[in-house]
Amino acid sequence: MGRNPVTWLGSPTFPDAARRALGDTQLRGNLRKATTTIRGKRESVVAELDDWEELRRAGESIKDEVLADLDTQLERLEVAVTERGGVVHWARDADEANRIVLDLVQEEDTDEVVKVKSMATAEIGLNEALADGGVNAIETDLAEVIVQLGDDRPSHILVPAIHRNRAEIKEIFAQMPEPPASDDPRVLAEAARKYLRRKFLSAKVAISGANFGVADTGSIVVVESEGNGRMCLTLPETLITVMGVEKVLPRWQDLEVFLQLLPRSSTAERMNPYTSIWSGVTPGDGPQKFHLVLLDNGRTSTLADEVGRQALRCIRCSACLNVCPVYERTGGQAYGSVYPGPIGAILAPQLAGDLHDEQTASLPYASSLCGACYEVCPVRINIPEVLTHLRAEVVEAKGKRTPEAMAMSAAAWVFGDRKRYEAAQKAGSLTRFLARGGTLSSLPWPGSKWTDTRDAPVVPKESFRSWWRRNRG
Amino acid sequence: MQNGDGASGPPSTEDAGGRRTSGPRVALFPTCLTDTAFPETAKAMVRLLERLGCDVDFPLDQTCCGQMHFNTGYAEHARPMARAYAEVFDGYDHVVVPSGSCAGMVREIHPDLCGTSPAARRTYELSEFLVDVLGVVDVGAHFPHRVTYHPTCHSLRMLGVGDKPLSLLRAVSGLELIPLPQAEQCCGFGGTFALKNAETSTAMLADKMRCVQDTGAQVVTAGDNSCLMQIGGGLSRLRTGVRPVHLAEILASTEEEPWVATP
Repeated sequence: MGRNPVTWLGSPTFPDAARRALGDTQLRGNLRKATTTIRGKRESVVAELDDWEELRRAGESIKDEVLADLDTQLERLEVAVTERGGVVHWARDADEANRIVLDLVQEEDTDEVVKVKSMATAEIGLNEALADGGVNAIETDLAEVIVQLGDDRPSHILVPAIHRNRAEIKEIFAQMPEPPASDDPRVLAEAARKYLRRKFLSAKVAISGANFGVADTGSIVVVESEGNGRMCLTLPETLITVMGVEKVLPRWQDLEVFLQLLPRSSTAERMNPYTSIWSGVTPGDGPQKFHLVLLDNGRTSTLADEVGRQALRCIRCSACLNVCPVYERTGGQAYGSVYPGPIGAILAPQLAGDLHDEQTASLPYASSLCGACYEVCPVRINIPEVLTHLRAEVVEAKGKRTPEAMAMSAAAWVFGDRKRYEAAQKAGSLTRFLARGGTLSSLPWPGSKWTDTRDAPVVPKESFRSWWRRNRG
Repeated sequence: MQNGDGASGPPSTEDAGGRRTSGPRVALFPTCLTDTAFPETAKAMVRLLERLGCDVDFPLDQTCCGQMHFNTGYAEHARPMARAYAEVFDGYDHVVVPSGSCAGMVREIHPDLCGTSPAARRTYELSEFLVDVLGVVDVGAHFPHRVTYHPTCHSLRMLGVGDKPLSLLRAVSGLELIPLPQAEQCCGFGGTFALKNAETSTAMLADKMRCVQDTGAQVVTAGDNSCLMQIGGGLSRLRTGVRPVHLAEILASTEEEPWVATP
């Protein structure tokens, strides 16, 4: 089993990557504008529904029902898809999934495929694996086109090119056969349209992800805004769908809940423009060969963690990214994973399953625990709870000999006894002699991490407890 | 809202020292940070709560709620602190905390660490205690300054204090309350986050400070000295002249005994 590509090999730790990103004023401007806009829109469309909290609870409970019974639900899905003419494949990890997809593409004797925007295929690095096998995978979602042609990495789940502005996009599109004449959004979209139409009409194979897979009808659901996904899902002869195992829903009627939760949370729309649903193969209509690849890639080990498993409820809406004050400043690439932001900080480390890796271990700390993510999550994932839970696992993995662990042990020893605590207070108050003109603006490391940008409080000679003892004791 | 154990019952009439009081027996948990670095906030709580008729005590065996340890990944170190909290604060009608995040730690996290306890259940953040338990909004305060209020993340999202602090501030005579733009955005403190991700924390702080300065307020207040340490530390570094003042100090201030800036 190879390395799980859910985190990008060679990425710096979050603090290092964030430092670099924070220096990019263009990036910060682009992000602030984009996230502020989408935040406001989401808030107003969510406020339209009186039963939003009930919907969230329904979403949470359906997902928990699935997770409690995942093996049975997946077998039901397999039976239903097979009965309707589809072929189901099971992939333990990224390597296995990539091999299955490459073999299926090669069977169709083609060296180019079109792709519907899909997080699962990005997670497993499918495009790179196909390229290694001589197959060119063409992204067709507009933002994915920008990322792919820019030889870039995604920075957002829903809007992977959120870090780019239109001037940058015009530059990137210059390599198209018919490049855009200006950076007017309509001109840019038209250039992409011409580039993509040719691909849709010639492709024999399409590859997609899935938003939902309905176990009782064997139906796969993809929701999107552009219609480019619909082209891929209907025009080619062969369709291959890679779906994370947690995307299964027990019943057709469950879609009622999720088709309300997802568009309002992600694009801030009441209803997404395109909802494609297919069940196996329909003779004479659409793809005549359908393959469903069910992907584990760290999901069952995540499921084994009682606290961490709630991350598997995620429906990839990205509401948590849009409200996250950390994401807004650093952007998505700083997380070093196809899953950025608060959900990425809990999902990527769990899927990767290796907290000994410095980069992965830095992700659960990429949060001030402000809780804005939990507040907006349509399936009520308590992200702060999982973050602190994963931090404890990181601490466990690092062992007791790190400077931090030793400092924390010492602090716990001090807090464990009133006399030691009072002695430490007295020692702390000595820092007042470092103050100049009533401010304490320079402390030795690690206090310098604070005083580099902020003054520290001048600890007074008399603590409150000393005052209390003197006056009330 | 009353606490769940019926402990508020008939208020005690005599404290341990024999002083006659009419109100409930209230323990202060100023938090280790305030006890050590911001004693004026804790003194203000004593003045305020006694003015409102509470019988105030400060059990000296208290230290820390364990939040820093728990939030940084050291739950095992936090567990004995949670147990000690339950013992030290057992037997009081209420425990009052001038910090949304420490009150949240006690009420929401302590039960996971060491089981539920009467002390944890009876713990309130200051504005909750005043509005929900004592049922007061006008605490008789006077504070003739232009003030803006930062709602701290944990008071807002973990405890759900809503606009209780704002109602308390609106009832303060002489106080001009100026709304803070993008108030609900985190100030970037986040405990050890401020050190581990210092640059990101500072970027968040910079935006918060810009919003505070845009209000033209002389004072920025909040219900948590940790957030005020971040916002105030930044404002002081930039020599803005805007002062961080804890909500308790504003509410304790009266015409007879006005708030005095500490040097």
